[in-house]
Amino acid sequence: MTLGSVEVPVRLYTAVEDRAVHFRLLHERDHVPVKQRMVHPETGEEVPREEVRRGVEVESGRFVVLSEEELAALEPAPDRTIEVLAFVEPERIAPPWYDRPYWVGPDGADEDYAALALAIGRSGRVGIARWTMRKRRYVGALRSEGPWLMLTTLHHLGEVIPRDALGPAPKVSIDPLEAQLADQLVSVLAVNELDLDAYRDEHRERVLALVEAKARGKAPKLERPAPKPAVASLADSLRESLEAARRHVA
Amino acid sequence: MPDGAPAAPRAIWSGTLTFGLVSIPVELFTARRSTRVPLRMLAADGTPLRRVYVCPSEEREIESEEIVRGYEVERDHYVLVSDEELEAVMPEQSRDIHLRRFVPRDRLPIAAFRRSYYLVPGGQSQRAYAVLAATMDRGGYAGIATFVMRGKEYLVAILAEDGILRAETLRFPDEVRSPDDVGLAEPPKKPSAAAVRRMEKAVARLSSDEIPLAPFEDELSEAISSLAEEKLARGEDVVEYEAAEPEEEEEALEPPDLAQLLKQRLASGEPDGDRPRRRKKRAA
Repeated sequence: MTLGSVEVPVRLYTAVEDRAVHFRLLHERDHVPVKQRMVHPETGEEVPREEVRRGVEVESGRFVVLSEEELAALEPAPDRTIEVLAFVEPERIAPPWYDRPYWVGPDGADEDYAALALAIGRSGRVGIARWTMRKRRYVGALRSEGPWLMLTTLHHLGEVIPRDALGPAPKVSIDPLEAQLADQLVSVLAVNELDLDAYRDEHRERVLALVEAKARGKAPKLERPAPKPAVASLADSLRESLEAARRHVA
Repeated sequence: MPDGAPAAPRAIWSGTLTFGLVSIPVELFTARRSTRVPLRMLAADGTPLRRVYVCPSEEREIESEEIVRGYEVERDHYVLVSDEELEAVMPEQSRDIHLRRFVPRDRLPIAAFRRSYYLVPGGQSQRAYAVLAATMDRGGYAGIATFVMRGKEYLVAILAEDGILRAETLRFPDEVRSPDDVGLAEPPKKPSAAAVRRMEKAVARLSSDEIPLAPFEDELSEAISSLAEEKLARGEDVVEYEAAEPEEEEEALEPPDLAQLLKQRLASGEPDGDRPRRRKKRAA
Protein backbone atom coordinates (compact mmCIF):
# COMPACT_ATOMS: atom_id res chain seq x y z
CA MET A 1 0.00 0.00 0.00
CA THR A 2 1.48 3.32 -1.02
CA LEU A 3 0.73 6.81 0.31
CA GLY A 4 2.87 9.03 -1.83
CA SER A 5 6.43 7.90 -1.11
CA VAL A 6 5.47 5.91 2.01
CA GLU A 7 4.99 2.15 1.57
CA VAL A 8 3.37 -0.33 3.94
CA PRO A 9 3.21 -4.05 3.05
CA VAL A 10 -0.35 -5.35 3.50
CA ARG A 11 -2.64 -8.26 2.67
CA LEU A 12 -6.38 -8.20 1.96
CA TYR A 13 -8.87 -10.59 3.57
CA THR A 14 -12.49 -10.70 2.46
CA ALA A 15 -14.78 -9.54 5.27
CA VAL A 16 -17.95 -11.02 3.76
CA GLU A 17 -19.21 -14.47 4.64
CA ASP A 18 -21.69 -16.13 2.30
CA ARG A 19 -24.45 -17.61 4.44
CA ALA A 20 -27.06 -18.03 1.73
CA VAL A 21 -28.73 -21.44 1.50
CA HIS A 22 -27.61 -22.77 -1.88
CA PHE A 23 -29.64 -25.30 -3.81
CA ARG A 24 -28.51 -27.42 -6.71
CA LEU A 25 -30.69 -28.05 -9.72
CA LEU A 26 -31.22 -31.80 -10.12
CA HIS A 27 -32.72 -33.96 -12.80
CA GLU A 28 -35.94 -35.22 -11.23
CA ARG A 29 -35.58 -38.79 -12.53
CA ASP A 30 -32.14 -39.66 -11.18
CA HIS A 31 -31.33 -36.77 -8.78
CA VAL A 32 -28.10 -35.98 -10.57
CA PRO A 33 -27.08 -32.30 -10.68
CA VAL A 34 -27.78 -30.88 -14.13
CA LYS A 35 -25.04 -29.27 -16.18
CA GLN A 36 -25.32 -26.11 -18.23
CA ARG A 37 -24.38 -26.21 -21.89
CA MET A 38 -24.36 -23.57 -24.59
CA VAL A 39 -26.13 -24.69 -27.77
CA HIS A 40 -26.82 -23.18 -31.17
CA PRO A 41 -30.49 -22.11 -31.03
CA GLU A 42 -31.27 -23.44 -34.54
CA THR A 43 -29.41 -26.72 -34.67
CA GLY A 44 -29.58 -27.45 -30.93
CA GLU A 45 -25.97 -28.62 -31.16
CA GLU A 46 -23.60 -27.98 -28.34
CA VAL A 47 -20.91 -25.40 -28.99
CA PRO A 48 -17.70 -26.35 -27.18
CA ARG A 49 -16.19 -23.67 -24.98
CA GLU A 50 -13.16 -23.07 -27.21
CA GLU A 51 -15.47 -22.32 -30.17
CA VAL A 52 -17.63 -19.81 -28.32
CA ARG A 53 -17.03 -16.25 -29.47
CA ARG A 54 -17.93 -13.16 -27.52
CA GLY A 55 -19.60 -10.08 -28.92
CA VAL A 56 -21.01 -6.70 -27.99
CA GLU A 57 -24.50 -5.99 -29.29
CA VAL A 58 -24.14 -2.60 -30.94
CA GLU A 59 -27.68 -2.53 -32.30
CA SER A 60 -30.51 -5.00 -32.04
CA GLY A 61 -29.46 -8.08 -34.03
CA ARG A 62 -25.97 -6.76 -34.73
CA PHE A 63 -22.84 -7.82 -32.90
CA VAL A 64 -19.22 -6.81 -33.02
CA VAL A 65 -17.14 -9.87 -32.23
CA LEU A 66 -14.18 -9.33 -29.91
CA SER A 67 -11.47 -11.96 -29.92
CA GLU A 68 -9.95 -13.42 -26.76
CA GLU A 69 -6.69 -11.64 -27.64
CA GLU A 70 -8.45 -8.29 -27.98
CA LEU A 71 -10.27 -8.76 -24.68
CA ALA A 72 -7.09 -9.89 -22.92
CA ALA A 73 -5.27 -6.77 -24.21
CA LEU A 74 -7.87 -4.59 -22.45
CA GLU A 75 -7.32 -6.24 -19.08
CA PRO A 76 -5.28 -4.20 -16.65
CA ALA A 77 -1.68 -5.32 -16.13
CA PRO A 78 -1.19 -7.31 -12.91
CA ASP A 79 -0.12 -4.97 -10.16
CA ARG A 80 0.37 -5.51 -6.46
CA THR A 81 0.02 -1.92 -5.29
CA ILE A 82 -2.88 -0.37 -3.46
CA GLU A 83 -2.38 3.28 -4.24
CA VAL A 84 -3.95 5.69 -1.75
CA LEU A 85 -4.67 8.87 -3.70
CA ALA A 86 -6.37 11.17 -1.20
CA PHE A 87 -7.90 11.42 2.27
CA VAL A 88 -11.35 13.03 2.35
CA GLU A 89 -14.07 13.78 4.91
CA PRO A 90 -16.09 10.61 5.54
CA GLU A 91 -19.43 12.32 4.76
CA ARG A 92 -18.27 12.71 1.18
CA ILE A 93 -19.00 9.03 0.56
CA ALA A 94 -22.70 8.17 0.85
CA PRO A 95 -23.80 4.58 1.68
CA PRO A 96 -24.99 3.72 -1.87
CA TRP A 97 -21.37 3.85 -3.08
CA TYR A 98 -20.14 1.08 -0.76
CA ASP A 99 -19.80 -2.43 -2.17
CA ARG A 100 -17.60 -5.17 -0.58
CA PRO A 101 -15.49 -4.80 2.56
CA TYR A 102 -12.01 -6.28 3.01
CA TRP A 103 -9.84 -6.33 6.09
CA VAL A 104 -6.36 -4.99 5.48
CA GLY A 105 -3.75 -6.86 7.53
CA PRO A 106 -0.02 -6.27 7.90
CA ASP A 107 2.36 -8.35 5.78
CA GLY A 108 5.57 -7.76 7.75
CA ALA A 109 6.40 -4.26 9.04
CA ASP A 110 3.72 -4.54 11.75
CA GLU A 111 4.81 -1.32 13.36
CA ASP A 112 4.29 0.74 10.19
CA TYR A 113 0.89 -0.87 9.76
CA ALA A 114 -0.12 -0.04 13.33
CA ALA A 115 1.18 3.52 12.90
CA LEU A 116 -0.81 3.95 9.68
CA ALA A 117 -4.03 2.65 11.25
CA LEU A 118 -3.52 5.01 14.18
CA ALA A 119 -2.73 7.98 11.92
CA ILE A 120 -5.81 7.41 9.75
CA GLY A 121 -7.98 7.01 12.85
CA ARG A 122 -6.67 10.28 14.31
CA SER A 123 -7.22 12.16 11.02
CA GLY A 124 -10.91 11.21 11.07
CA ARG A 125 -10.62 10.91 7.30
CA VAL A 126 -11.21 8.20 4.73
CA GLY A 127 -8.65 7.29 2.09
CA ILE A 128 -9.59 6.87 -1.57
CA ALA A 129 -7.49 4.06 -3.02
CA ARG A 130 -7.20 2.17 -6.27
CA TRP A 131 -5.78 -1.22 -7.07
CA THR A 132 -6.00 -4.20 -9.41
CA MET A 133 -7.45 -7.49 -8.24
CA ARG A 134 -8.52 -10.52 -10.28
CA LYS A 135 -8.01 -8.69 -13.60
CA ARG A 136 -10.18 -5.72 -12.67
CA ARG A 137 -9.46 -2.22 -11.46
CA TYR A 138 -11.06 -1.25 -8.17
CA VAL A 139 -11.61 1.95 -6.28
CA GLY A 140 -12.14 1.77 -2.55
CA ALA A 141 -12.47 3.60 0.75
CA LEU A 142 -9.79 3.02 3.37
CA ARG A 143 -10.78 3.62 6.98
CA SER A 144 -9.60 2.64 10.41
CA GLU A 145 -11.65 0.24 12.55
CA GLY A 146 -10.07 0.16 15.98
CA PRO A 147 -6.45 -0.98 15.50
CA TRP A 148 -7.24 -2.34 12.03
CA LEU A 149 -7.72 -0.97 8.54
CA MET A 150 -10.68 -1.80 6.33
CA LEU A 151 -10.82 -1.26 2.58
CA THR A 152 -14.29 -1.27 1.02
CA THR A 153 -14.72 -1.35 -2.74
CA LEU A 154 -16.82 1.48 -4.14
CA HIS A 155 -19.05 1.56 -7.19
CA HIS A 156 -17.99 3.24 -10.37
CA LEU A 157 -19.44 6.54 -11.54
CA GLY A 158 -22.70 5.90 -13.30
CA GLU A 159 -23.48 2.81 -11.24
CA VAL A 160 -25.15 4.81 -8.49
CA ILE A 161 -28.13 7.13 -8.93
CA PRO A 162 -27.07 9.80 -6.43
CA ARG A 163 -29.56 11.72 -4.33
CA ASP A 164 -28.65 14.92 -6.24
CA ALA A 165 -29.88 13.42 -9.50
CA LEU A 166 -33.42 13.29 -8.10
CA GLY A 167 -33.71 17.03 -7.53
CA PRO A 168 -35.18 18.69 -4.43
CA ALA A 169 -38.08 16.98 -2.71
CA PRO A 170 -41.32 18.91 -3.40
CA LYS A 171 -42.53 21.04 -0.51
CA VAL A 172 -45.25 19.38 1.50
CA SER A 173 -46.82 21.42 4.29
CA ILE A 174 -46.17 19.70 7.58
CA ASP A 175 -48.36 20.36 10.60
CA PRO A 176 -46.07 21.44 13.50
CA LEU A 177 -47.99 19.17 15.89
CA GLU A 178 -47.41 16.16 13.64
CA ALA A 179 -43.73 17.04 13.30
CA GLN A 180 -43.41 17.31 17.08
CA LEU A 181 -45.18 13.99 17.70
CA ALA A 182 -43.03 12.28 15.07
CA ASP A 183 -39.85 13.69 16.65
CA GLN A 184 -40.95 12.41 20.05
CA LEU A 185 -41.83 8.98 18.70
CA VAL A 186 -38.42 8.65 17.01
CA SER A 187 -36.59 9.69 20.15
CA VAL A 188 -38.53 7.16 22.23
CA LEU A 189 -37.62 4.41 19.76
CA ALA A 190 -34.00 5.58 19.41
CA VAL A 191 -30.96 3.93 20.97
CA ASN A 192 -27.43 5.27 20.90
CA GLU A 193 -25.67 2.05 20.17
CA LEU A 194 -26.73 -0.27 17.41
CA ASP A 195 -27.00 -3.89 18.47
CA LEU A 196 -27.12 -5.65 15.13
CA ASP A 197 -26.61 -9.00 16.84
CA ALA A 198 -30.25 -8.78 17.87
CA TYR A 199 -31.19 -9.29 14.21
CA ARG A 200 -31.15 -12.70 12.61
CA ASP A 201 -32.15 -13.92 9.21
CA GLU A 202 -35.13 -15.87 10.48
CA HIS A 203 -36.24 -16.80 7.02
CA ARG A 204 -32.86 -18.42 6.27
CA GLU A 205 -33.08 -20.28 9.59
CA ARG A 206 -36.53 -21.61 8.68
CA VAL A 207 -35.29 -22.80 5.28
CA LEU A 208 -32.36 -24.57 6.95
CA ALA A 209 -34.67 -26.13 9.55
CA LEU A 210 -36.85 -27.36 6.69
CA VAL A 211 -34.02 -29.09 4.83
CA GLU A 212 -32.57 -30.54 8.04
CA ALA A 213 -35.94 -31.97 9.07
CA LYS A 214 -36.29 -33.54 5.65
CA ALA A 215 -32.75 -34.91 5.78
CA ARG A 216 -33.66 -36.72 9.03
CA GLY A 217 -36.72 -38.11 7.29
CA LYS A 218 -39.14 -36.03 9.34
CA ALA A 219 -42.17 -34.23 7.99
CA PRO A 220 -41.23 -30.54 7.97
CA LYS A 221 -43.15 -28.17 10.19
CA LEU A 222 -44.47 -25.48 7.89
CA GLU A 223 -45.38 -22.31 9.72
CA ARG A 224 -45.58 -18.62 9.17
CA PRO A 225 -46.45 -15.60 11.31
CA ALA A 226 -49.70 -13.63 10.90
CA PRO A 227 -50.14 -10.16 9.27
CA LYS A 228 -51.01 -6.89 11.08
CA PRO A 229 -53.77 -4.24 10.71
CA ALA A 230 -53.58 -0.60 9.46
CA VAL A 231 -55.11 2.68 10.92
CA ALA A 232 -56.58 6.25 10.76
CA SER A 233 -55.53 9.97 11.09
CA LEU A 234 -51.83 10.79 11.11
CA ALA A 235 -51.74 12.90 14.31
CA ASP A 236 -53.93 10.42 16.22
CA SER A 237 -51.84 7.52 15.03
CA LEU A 238 -48.61 9.25 16.03
CA ARG A 239 -50.03 10.11 19.46
CA GLU A 240 -51.27 6.58 20.08
CA SER A 241 -47.93 5.16 18.89
CA LEU A 242 -46.08 7.47 21.21
CA GLU A 243 -48.17 6.39 24.20
CA ALA A 244 -47.77 2.74 23.30
CA ALA A 245 -44.02 3.14 22.86
CA ARG A 246 -43.66 4.95 26.20
CA ARG A 247 -45.60 2.25 28.01
CA HIS A 248 -43.42 -0.33 26.36
CA VAL A 249 -40.18 1.42 27.32
CA ALA A 250 -41.40 2.12 30.92
CA MET B 1 -28.17 0.17 -27.15
CA PRO B 2 -31.40 -0.15 -29.11
CA ASP B 3 -33.58 2.99 -28.79
CA GLY B 4 -32.25 5.56 -26.36
CA ALA B 5 -35.48 6.34 -24.48
CA PRO B 6 -35.08 6.04 -20.71
CA ALA B 7 -36.70 2.90 -19.41
CA ALA B 8 -39.77 3.42 -17.24
CA PRO B 9 -38.61 2.77 -13.68
CA ARG B 10 -40.04 -0.39 -12.26
CA ALA B 11 -40.66 -0.91 -8.57
CA ILE B 12 -38.68 -3.82 -7.21
CA TRP B 13 -40.94 -4.16 -4.16
CA SER B 14 -44.07 -2.51 -2.92
CA GLY B 15 -45.42 -2.62 0.59
CA THR B 16 -45.92 -0.59 3.71
CA LEU B 17 -43.51 1.32 5.87
CA THR B 18 -44.98 1.34 9.37
CA PHE B 19 -43.87 3.89 11.92
CA GLY B 20 -45.70 3.38 15.16
CA LEU B 21 -49.33 3.01 14.09
CA VAL B 22 -48.82 5.06 10.92
CA SER B 23 -48.71 3.10 7.68
CA ILE B 24 -47.05 4.57 4.61
CA PRO B 25 -47.48 2.64 1.35
CA VAL B 26 -44.17 2.76 -0.49
CA GLU B 27 -42.41 1.32 -3.51
CA LEU B 28 -38.72 0.50 -3.74
CA PHE B 29 -36.62 1.52 -6.71
CA THR B 30 -33.01 0.53 -7.04
CA ALA B 31 -30.44 3.30 -6.64
CA ARG B 32 -28.00 1.33 -8.77
CA ARG B 33 -27.60 0.53 -12.42
CA SER B 34 -25.05 -1.53 -14.25
CA THR B 35 -22.37 0.11 -16.38
CA ARG B 36 -20.83 -3.17 -17.48
CA VAL B 37 -20.98 -3.80 -21.20
CA PRO B 38 -22.68 -7.17 -21.63
CA LEU B 39 -20.62 -9.63 -23.67
CA ARG B 40 -22.85 -12.18 -25.34
CA MET B 41 -21.74 -15.70 -26.18
CA LEU B 42 -22.00 -16.35 -29.92
CA ALA B 43 -21.63 -19.26 -32.32
CA ALA B 44 -19.05 -19.08 -35.12
CA ASP B 45 -21.77 -17.65 -37.42
CA GLY B 46 -22.59 -14.88 -34.91
CA THR B 47 -25.84 -16.35 -33.59
CA PRO B 48 -26.31 -15.80 -29.84
CA LEU B 49 -26.12 -19.12 -28.04
CA ARG B 50 -28.85 -20.57 -25.89
CA ARG B 51 -28.18 -21.95 -22.42
CA VAL B 52 -29.70 -25.37 -21.81
CA TYR B 53 -29.65 -27.86 -18.97
CA VAL B 54 -28.27 -31.31 -19.63
CA CYS B 55 -28.47 -34.43 -17.52
CA PRO B 56 -24.89 -35.76 -17.41
CA SER B 57 -25.90 -39.39 -16.90
CA GLU B 58 -28.31 -39.42 -19.85
CA GLU B 59 -26.44 -36.82 -21.95
CA ARG B 60 -29.59 -35.13 -23.15
CA GLU B 61 -31.19 -31.73 -22.85
CA ILE B 62 -33.87 -31.59 -20.19
CA GLU B 63 -36.84 -29.29 -19.82
CA SER B 64 -37.38 -27.10 -16.77
CA GLU B 65 -40.34 -29.28 -15.68
CA GLU B 66 -37.90 -32.15 -15.17
CA ILE B 67 -35.69 -30.12 -12.84
CA VAL B 68 -36.05 -30.15 -9.06
CA ARG B 69 -34.23 -28.27 -6.33
CA GLY B 70 -31.89 -30.17 -4.02
CA TYR B 71 -29.95 -29.29 -0.91
CA GLU B 72 -26.67 -31.18 -0.54
CA VAL B 73 -26.62 -32.65 2.97
CA GLU B 74 -23.53 -34.72 2.33
CA ARG B 75 -21.50 -35.42 -0.76
CA ASP B 76 -23.80 -36.48 -3.64
CA HIS B 77 -26.69 -36.84 -1.24
CA TYR B 78 -29.52 -34.37 -1.75
CA VAL B 79 -32.73 -33.54 0.01
CA LEU B 80 -35.39 -32.40 -2.43
CA VAL B 81 -37.19 -29.19 -1.60
CA SER B 82 -40.32 -28.14 -3.47
CA ASP B 83 -41.50 -24.61 -4.32
CA GLU B 84 -44.52 -25.21 -2.09
CA GLU B 85 -42.36 -26.06 0.90
CA LEU B 86 -40.20 -22.99 0.40
CA GLU B 87 -43.23 -20.76 0.00
CA ALA B 88 -44.76 -22.20 3.15
CA VAL B 89 -41.80 -21.07 5.28
CA MET B 90 -41.80 -17.62 3.70
CA PRO B 91 -42.99 -15.07 6.28
CA GLU B 92 -46.38 -13.47 5.77
CA GLN B 93 -45.28 -9.99 6.90
CA SER B 94 -43.44 -9.67 3.62
CA ARG B 95 -45.39 -6.50 2.82
CA ASP B 96 -44.22 -4.51 5.86
CA ILE B 97 -41.12 -2.63 6.83
CA HIS B 98 -41.79 -2.06 10.51
CA LEU B 99 -39.65 0.75 11.99
CA ARG B 100 -39.31 -0.06 15.67
CA ARG B 101 -35.73 0.99 16.27
CA PHE B 102 -33.80 4.15 15.40
CA VAL B 103 -30.08 4.84 15.76
CA PRO B 104 -27.84 7.80 14.95
CA ARG B 105 -26.97 7.22 11.31
CA ASP B 106 -23.22 7.45 11.90
CA ARG B 107 -23.49 4.28 14.02
CA LEU B 108 -24.29 2.13 10.98
CA PRO B 109 -21.34 -0.17 10.22
CA ILE B 110 -19.90 0.55 6.78
CA ALA B 111 -19.09 -3.13 6.24
CA ALA B 112 -22.79 -3.98 6.45
CA PHE B 113 -23.99 -1.86 3.52
CA ARG B 114 -25.14 -4.08 0.71
CA ARG B 115 -27.59 -2.43 -1.70
CA SER B 116 -29.41 0.84 -1.97
CA TYR B 117 -33.01 1.64 -2.90
CA TYR B 118 -35.10 4.79 -3.02
CA LEU B 119 -38.48 4.69 -1.31
CA VAL B 120 -41.26 6.37 -3.25
CA PRO B 121 -44.63 7.02 -1.60
CA GLY B 122 -47.56 5.22 -3.16
CA GLY B 123 -51.26 6.13 -2.88
CA GLN B 124 -52.15 9.08 -0.63
CA SER B 125 -49.21 8.85 1.71
CA GLN B 126 -47.21 11.96 0.71
CA ARG B 127 -47.79 13.79 3.97
CA ALA B 128 -46.89 10.93 6.29
CA TYR B 129 -43.83 10.24 4.12
CA ALA B 130 -42.75 13.90 4.34
CA VAL B 131 -43.27 13.98 8.12
CA LEU B 132 -41.15 10.86 8.62
CA ALA B 133 -38.40 12.04 6.24
CA ALA B 134 -38.24 15.48 7.91
CA THR B 135 -38.05 13.94 11.39
CA MET B 136 -35.25 11.55 10.42
CA ASP B 137 -33.33 14.33 8.63
CA ARG B 138 -33.64 16.62 11.69
CA GLY B 139 -32.49 14.05 14.19
CA GLY B 140 -29.85 12.41 11.97
CA TYR B 141 -31.45 9.03 12.63
CA ALA B 142 -31.67 5.80 10.67
CA GLY B 143 -34.52 3.38 11.22
CA ILE B 144 -33.67 -0.32 11.46
CA ALA B 145 -36.02 -3.12 10.41
CA THR B 146 -36.22 -6.45 8.66
CA PHE B 147 -38.42 -7.21 5.69
CA VAL B 148 -38.93 -9.83 3.01
CA MET B 149 -38.36 -9.19 -0.67
CA ARG B 150 -38.34 -11.78 -3.45
CA GLY B 151 -38.48 -14.63 -0.99
CA LYS B 152 -35.52 -13.50 1.11
CA GLU B 153 -35.30 -11.75 4.43
CA TYR B 154 -33.40 -8.47 4.54
CA LEU B 155 -32.06 -6.33 7.34
CA VAL B 156 -32.51 -2.75 6.30
CA ALA B 157 -31.60 0.77 7.40
CA ILE B 158 -34.01 3.51 6.35
CA LEU B 159 -32.27 6.86 5.90
CA ALA B 160 -33.58 10.28 4.94
CA GLU B 161 -31.59 12.58 2.70
CA ASP B 162 -33.08 16.00 1.93
CA GLY B 163 -36.67 14.85 2.16
CA ILE B 164 -36.26 11.54 0.35
CA LEU B 165 -36.15 8.17 2.05
CA ARG B 166 -33.69 5.50 1.09
CA ALA B 167 -33.47 1.88 2.15
CA GLU B 168 -29.98 0.43 2.56
CA THR B 169 -30.02 -3.34 2.88
CA LEU B 170 -27.51 -4.51 5.46
CA ARG B 171 -25.55 -7.72 5.84
CA PHE B 172 -26.67 -9.70 8.88
CA PRO B 173 -23.98 -9.78 11.61
CA ASP B 174 -23.04 -13.39 10.79
CA GLU B 175 -22.37 -12.36 7.18
CA VAL B 176 -19.53 -10.01 8.16
CA ARG B 177 -16.24 -11.49 9.33
CA SER B 178 -14.31 -9.93 12.16
CA PRO B 179 -10.49 -9.49 12.05
CA ASP B 180 -10.42 -12.49 14.39
CA ASP B 181 -12.46 -14.58 11.90
CA VAL B 182 -9.94 -13.97 9.12
CA GLY B 183 -6.97 -14.81 11.34
CA LEU B 184 -5.94 -11.28 12.30
CA ALA B 185 -6.15 -12.19 15.99
CA GLU B 186 -3.16 -10.36 17.40
CA PRO B 187 -3.59 -6.59 17.44
CA PRO B 188 -0.44 -4.91 16.11
CA LYS B 189 1.95 -3.82 18.82
CA LYS B 190 2.05 -0.22 19.94
CA PRO B 191 3.88 1.75 17.27
CA SER B 192 6.68 4.18 18.06
CA ALA B 193 5.93 7.90 18.11
CA ALA B 194 8.31 8.42 15.18
CA ALA B 195 6.48 5.85 13.01
CA VAL B 196 3.11 7.43 13.86
CA ARG B 197 4.44 10.90 13.01
CA ARG B 198 5.70 9.67 9.66
CA MET B 199 2.29 8.18 8.81
CA GLU B 200 0.43 11.24 10.04
CA LYS B 201 2.52 13.36 7.70
CA ALA B 202 1.79 11.01 4.79
CA VAL B 203 -1.96 11.22 5.53
CA ALA B 204 -1.85 15.02 5.89
CA ARG B 205 -0.02 15.41 2.57
CA LEU B 206 -2.83 13.53 0.80
CA SER B 207 -5.70 15.28 2.59
CA SER B 208 -8.10 16.87 0.15
CA ASP B 209 -11.50 18.54 0.06
CA GLU B 210 -12.29 16.91 -3.25
CA ILE B 211 -12.69 13.26 -4.12
CA PRO B 212 -10.38 12.31 -7.02
CA LEU B 213 -12.78 11.15 -9.73
CA ALA B 214 -10.41 9.35 -12.12
CA PRO B 215 -10.37 6.03 -10.22
CA PHE B 216 -14.19 5.96 -10.31
CA GLU B 217 -14.22 5.54 -14.08
CA ASP B 218 -15.13 2.06 -15.28
CA GLU B 219 -12.09 1.86 -17.57
CA LEU B 220 -12.62 -1.71 -18.70
CA SER B 221 -16.24 -1.19 -19.81
CA GLU B 222 -15.26 2.01 -21.58
CA ALA B 223 -12.38 0.29 -23.36
CA ILE B 224 -14.66 -2.58 -24.47
CA SER B 225 -17.27 -0.13 -25.80
CA SER B 226 -14.79 1.98 -27.71
CA LEU B 227 -13.11 -1.06 -29.22
CA ALA B 228 -16.52 -2.32 -30.38
CA GLU B 229 -17.36 1.11 -31.83
CA GLU B 230 -14.04 1.31 -33.69
CA LYS B 231 -14.48 -2.14 -35.18
CA LEU B 232 -18.05 -1.28 -36.16
CA ALA B 233 -16.85 1.87 -37.96
CA ARG B 234 -14.27 -0.22 -39.84
CA GLY B 235 -16.86 -2.88 -40.57
CA GLU B 236 -14.62 -5.46 -38.94
CA ASP B 237 -16.04 -8.62 -37.34
CA VAL B 238 -19.58 -7.31 -37.54
CA VAL B 239 -22.14 -10.12 -37.57
CA GLU B 240 -25.88 -9.94 -37.92
CA TYR B 241 -28.56 -12.41 -37.03
CA GLU B 242 -32.33 -12.59 -37.19
CA ALA B 243 -33.57 -11.73 -33.73
CA ALA B 244 -36.23 -14.36 -33.10
CA GLU B 245 -37.61 -12.57 -30.06
CA PRO B 246 -36.33 -9.55 -28.17
CA GLU B 247 -34.26 -10.39 -25.12
CA GLU B 248 -36.24 -9.16 -22.14
CA GLU B 249 -33.71 -9.94 -19.50
CA GLU B 250 -31.00 -7.52 -20.49
CA GLU B 251 -30.63 -4.59 -18.21
CA ALA B 252 -31.25 -1.18 -19.74
CA LEU B 253 -28.17 1.01 -19.75
CA GLU B 254 -30.23 4.18 -19.76
CA PRO B 255 -31.05 5.30 -16.23
CA PRO B 256 -34.72 5.04 -15.42
CA ASP B 257 -36.31 8.42 -14.97
CA LEU B 258 -36.68 8.11 -11.23
CA ALA B 259 -36.54 11.88 -10.68
CA GLN B 260 -39.67 12.41 -12.76
CA LEU B 261 -41.54 9.65 -10.96
CA LEU B 262 -40.56 10.98 -7.54
CA LYS B 263 -41.68 14.46 -8.49
CA GLN B 264 -45.09 13.20 -9.53
CA ARG B 265 -45.59 11.00 -6.51
CA LEU B 266 -44.37 13.49 -3.95
CA ALA B 267 -46.16 16.50 -5.42
CA SER B 268 -49.75 15.36 -5.57
CA GLY B 269 -51.97 12.78 -3.98
CA GLU B 270 -53.42 11.89 -7.35
CA PRO B 271 -52.21 8.60 -8.68
CA ASP B 272 -50.59 9.30 -12.01
CA GLY B 273 -52.35 8.00 -15.13
CA ASP B 274 -49.46 6.21 -16.76
CA ARG B 275 -47.50 5.23 -13.71
CA PRO B 276 -46.10 1.75 -13.99
CA ARG B 277 -48.45 -0.91 -12.82
CA ARG B 278 -47.64 -2.54 -9.58
CA ARG B 279 -46.49 -5.98 -10.24
CA LYS B 280 -48.80 -8.70 -9.12
CA LYS B 281 -48.30 -9.91 -5.62
CA ARG B 282 -46.64 -13.22 -5.66
CA ALA B 283 -48.59 -15.91 -3.89
CA ALA B 284 -47.03 -15.98 -0.44
